[in-house]
Amino acid sequence: MASILRFRKLCYVEPVKFQFFQPQKFGKKEETVATEAKTALENCEKRNKRQPKERSCVNSCCCVIGYMCTTWWLLLVLFECLPAAFPGFQVPESPGTRLKREGLIALHPVVLVPGIVTGGLELWEGKPCAEGLFRKRLWGGSFTEVLKRPLCLLEHLALHNETGLDPPGIRLRAVPGLVAADYFAPGYFVWAVLIENLAKIGYEGKNMHMAAYDWRLSFQNTEIRDQTLSRLKSQIELMYVTNGYKKVVVVPHSMGVIYFLHFLKWVETPPPMGGGGGPGWCSKHIKSIMNIGPVFLGVPKAVSNLFSAEAKDMASIRAMDPGVLDSEILRLQALEHVMRVTRTWDSIASLLPKGGETVWGNLDWSPEEGYACDLSKKRYLQASAGDKDTNGSDVKMDFHVKESNKYGRIISFGKETLQLPSSQLPTIDTKEFLGTRTNRNTNSSCGGEVWTEYDEMCRETIRKIAENKPYTARTALDLLRFVAPKMMQRVDSHLSYGIADNLDDPKYTRYKHWSNPLETKLPDAPDIEIYCSYGVGIPTERSYVYKLSPNDRCRSIPFRIDSSVDGDEDSCLSGGVHLTDGDETVPVISAGFMCAKGWRGRTRFNPSGIATFIREYRHKPPASLLEGRGLESGAHVDIMGNFALIEDVLRVAAGATGAEIGGDRVHSDIFRMSDRIDLRL
Amino acid sequence: MASIRRRKPVEPSNTSVQKEEEEDEEEEDHSKNEHRRKSDKKSKPKWSCVDNCCWMVITGPLPDSPGVKLRKEGLKAKHPVVFVPGIVTAGLELWEGHQCADGLFRKRLWGGTFGEVYKRPLCWVEHMSLDNETGLDPPGIRVRPVCGLVAADYFAPGYFVWAVLIANLARIGYEEKTMYMASYDWRLSFQNTEVRDQTLSRIKSNIELMVEANGGNKAVIIPHSMGVLYFLHFMKWVEAPAPMGAGGGPDWCAKHIKAVVNIGGPFLGVPKAVAGLFSAEARDIAVARAIAPGVLNNGFQTLQHMMRMSRTWDSTMSMIPKGGDTIWGDLDWSPEEGYSPMKRKQRNTDTQKASQDDPETEISQTKRANYGRIISFGRDVAEALSSDIERIDFRDAVKGQSVANTSCRDVWTEYHDMGYGGIKAVAEYKVYTAESMIDLLRFVAPKMMERGSAHFSYGIADYLDDPKYQHYKYWSNPLETKLPNAPEMEIFSLYGVGVPTERAYVYKLSPSAECTIPFQIDTSADEHDEDSCLKGGVYSVDGDETVPVLSSGFMCAKGWRGKTRFNPSGSRTYIREYAHSPPANFLEGRGTQSGAHVDIMGNFALIEDVMRVAAGATGEELGGDQVYSDIFKWSEKINLQL
Repeated sequence: MASILRFRKLCYVEPVKFQFFQPQKFGKKEETVATEAKTALENCEKRNKRQPKERSCVNSCCCVIGYMCTTWWLLLVLFECLPAAFPGFQVPESPGTRLKREGLIALHPVVLVPGIVTGGLELWEGKPCAEGLFRKRLWGGSFTEVLKRPLCLLEHLALHNETGLDPPGIRLRAVPGLVAADYFAPGYFVWAVLIENLAKIGYEGKNMHMAAYDWRLSFQNTEIRDQTLSRLKSQIELMYVTNGYKKVVVVPHSMGVIYFLHFLKWVETPPPMGGGGGPGWCSKHIKSIMNIGPVFLGVPKAVSNLFSAEAKDMASIRAMDPGVLDSEILRLQALEHVMRVTRTWDSIASLLPKGGETVWGNLDWSPEEGYACDLSKKRYLQASAGDKDTNGSDVKMDFHVKESNKYGRIISFGKETLQLPSSQLPTIDTKEFLGTRTNRNTNSSCGGEVWTEYDEMCRETIRKIAENKPYTARTALDLLRFVAPKMMQRVDSHLSYGIADNLDDPKYTRYKHWSNPLETKLPDAPDIEIYCSYGVGIPTERSYVYKLSPNDRCRSIPFRIDSSVDGDEDSCLSGGVHLTDGDETVPVISAGFMCAKGWRGRTRFNPSGIATFIREYRHKPPASLLEGRGLESGAHVDIMGNFALIEDVLRVAAGATGAEIGGDRVHSDIFRMSDRIDLRL
Repeated sequence: MASIRRRKPVEPSNTSVQKEEEEDEEEEDHSKNEHRRKSDKKSKPKWSCVDNCCWMVITGPLPDSPGVKLRKEGLKAKHPVVFVPGIVTAGLELWEGHQCADGLFRKRLWGGTFGEVYKRPLCWVEHMSLDNETGLDPPGIRVRPVCGLVAADYFAPGYFVWAVLIANLARIGYEEKTMYMASYDWRLSFQNTEVRDQTLSRIKSNIELMVEANGGNKAVIIPHSMGVLYFLHFMKWVEAPAPMGAGGGPDWCAKHIKAVVNIGGPFLGVPKAVAGLFSAEARDIAVARAIAPGVLNNGFQTLQHMMRMSRTWDSTMSMIPKGGDTIWGDLDWSPEEGYSPMKRKQRNTDTQKASQDDPETEISQTKRANYGRIISFGRDVAEALSSDIERIDFRDAVKGQSVANTSCRDVWTEYHDMGYGGIKAVAEYKVYTAESMIDLLRFVAPKMMERGSAHFSYGIADYLDDPKYQHYKYWSNPLETKLPNAPEMEIFSLYGVGVPTERAYVYKLSPSAECTIPFQIDTSADEHDEDSCLKGGVYSVDGDETVPVLSSGFMCAKGWRGKTRFNPSGSRTYIREYAHSPPANFLEGRGTQSGAHVDIMGNFALIEDVMRVAAGATGEELGGDQVYSDIFKWSEKINLQL
């Protein structure tokens, strides 16, 4: 504040001198000025003219300030003029208000666990280029500072390439508290709607906690660097005690789901690796876990993201601030920059598909096969009337008519590869890549700015990768290990993607397995309830058709999604991407499988028989523009504003059990798909 | 805050200058103009200049900070740090409200821009008030403290409280996991923050977590202003057995706390709180007036509204002067007598050592100010000898029938119940000392004091082992509690000196009797003599503008020094005073050497001391006591059994 004033003073002290030079001229014209804006504008021009050199700096600054003030003032007037509510549009009553009338009151404390990307990050220590941004949000919020210095932002967001922790001299930390993820950007809610509804039935700071963490780090590293897991443990214990020994309801979203899975194992494991809560901790403190849009088994999108930085999730950067990526400096290398940064984030790798070919399908088979994209809409419409049997026969008919989508081939090069039966495909041994890798000297003309590990690969190897080969969930990992060895080496020490044969094997006590539901047991807590709540009815990326990027420019990413590949109308292939049912980010199979089969009943992954419930919410786009992001949306983030979901969360928080809110609620084929997955339970 | 107000007068002159500029150049052709503008755009240096300007405007130049200096010295974050904010400075946000507060969910009602105060003042007052009987939430309204460092880093945009200290601590490696803002609802009585929000449990759990997560390094607590009393209460609470306390055991403090670095602590209360409760006129409450003149100037009942609101806040009663006449002086005597502002100035400039011998002679020359008479009616009474004052006891006076007519009803202060007789009786008692003043408040605001006396006590304990002192109402009074058994814990008292601070008031009956507060400070009582401490009806003494030196320094200078009955384990105490020197020019903002109550949080010397302690230094390593005022001499005069 003080500095603005000072500056204004500076600006306006100097012109006073003119009064002495031309006093007689004032009297002549006494026209009043129409608006402040005009004044500022003309004033600005005049001054520029008179003393072009010396004054121009001060003048233009004054002008800028003048403009800003005027614009601000105008906007304010406009805002005040707007009618309080648009006629003809009524917001339906929010679930919080309704349930409060029903008599629900806050009972169990609530813990919210945000997902990737949506949590805010603020700067605690930075390079000189980030001067003045101390404790300002670099991620989340308005991004205004960031637009001005995109390269600086990327530098600060990146982690250390070897350790996956802070680079020297930079400390970027998660914003704590409810503000961390209530709004991602102004007006773009994430948790805000849910928080507001919870508050209506009596929740407040003391019984609602946002477990914000640095979503760039691998899960165990959040504990090592920030003690985030200890913090969460202590908060849950505190809330349990101060709210009259009521167990907590945990509401994780997106990646928060596997973060919390990690927490469940961590907290019961003895120190130093774990939190030392003892084997009864979970059953003592947790009532239920309401996973929203869970990514239990990973998302195919993460593969394409790491492979070529192209998936939509990362594209949120692009969507949020196109300026960053279109600005002049970055024009050529935007994607490469993004790739370099995201590859330092261990958390992205935690989203890679888990369970390999057993879950995600092999060259010829996939659990979703037979899913028809355009039919899906019709079927959904019928689904409310018809029951599952008719559904089943429906699909069988489709089976014969249509060629099946080869979802199992997560990455294939060229459309032909996609259609060939597996017997005609060249078999590959990914191991051989690792041998042939040569360290070619990089082209010095490219400068050292943007470093992706692709630079170290020679063209022949790249071609070899691409030679008409499809990759499944298992081989895609090997592919990544090949193209980004350093990243995967770092990641492999923190994460694991397999399926455990024998869960009692001592090696599964290591923390790298904790966030993989197929390699851990749920805690021994029969009273906990686990919900899988997610949206369905939106085409979701499932597999990709790639091509070599035509551009041989140095340091570009050599692979691109072949967006020219389009299937016929019936097929789910569009723009080089195979789509399946899901919530736009997470395919149904990843979100629902554990609750539908993996943990259902007493299985080896769920030895104590924790009850699981599937709650699906069918996507319905907003009816009009005024509805904003929709009250019945099923999209990955927008579902947080879905009234039906909010009502479920509120009821559970107020004490209801899964059976009381209606047990399973299924719209998709999740049970049938799960049946096809041959996993020993 | 001041800067916001100052902004207004600047603007009109701007526009007039702009007009002149515009008029005298109107004839000039436009084409030329346009041409120049284009060239402006093309040339690069100009843009960078504009950029620079923008950055200047947005960020402001950063002065060299102690953080940078100490980092070069090699200091590193060691002990986790807990901030305890004071009254008024921390933010409050709305969680549930009435119809009129629609759309304010989770927006700050207190702190921040105060935008809403302007728009709907009555609604705001309604939501900020607490229930008159219980001192808790009124039905249907939930206003809660903001969590995290944002709660009190800036009080209003640009008006820092903790932000400077936080920024400097961050330089030597502190971050969210090693810093904790123990924000609490400062309107409530201390024990009620636990009853309603479990705030004390939250602080306990967070301190335990931070100590454990930082390899067993004990926490350094930094309370400011009322936070000092709040933390005093906490230390007793945490070791007291459940259900009244937390049951942390008798060595909790010894295990978890390295040092308590009190900043501007009103250990023994502030006289200002009396004036605030009595007539809503003291500066502390007037903060609201400064912030939102609109609220208080629309209509004639603003003061009454403020009073009604602030009287529902139990916390204001925690700052009523404690220790009675023993500490604050009686009709004829006060520990500060002989203090003259002129003398202080001289002494500050030439020598820093408080000279112990010369004041004796000067007392006779300067006119004595009877600081002990905290409230006197009429200036002549304030200066008269005690034997000359005729006093009629007010305590038994019959309160007359309520004179309040119907038009006053929406503004409820207890004065309406008093009637004319009661008011007259109050005025006829003429002089009130710290002790009789509490009776006075009980007389004029019986309901409030009844609520308050369940939570606070203002006396001096004769026998500290008396079981009655286990009750929580004594916990925030340092004269009625023992410090915890923690011989290694250090207690610092850091405060500013050299700013005139309110100490005693001259009152008069207010002329218009209806619907107003019947008493007001007699601002015409003024001494023209420069030496005097009387100005605008207020006697001032040395302090930090809010807390007199006596209150912030006495406990560390005498009450707790060595092994006393208040400090049985002999925790070490240190006094660090910071002489106030106003900002040299406008560019310095609120000054880097300020000693004022809130501005001291930006004092570089203080920040350096705090950081050294946080990085592991002991009080001895800081240099022990650093004293500019007469605190030791004054403490000597206080006759308190130790």
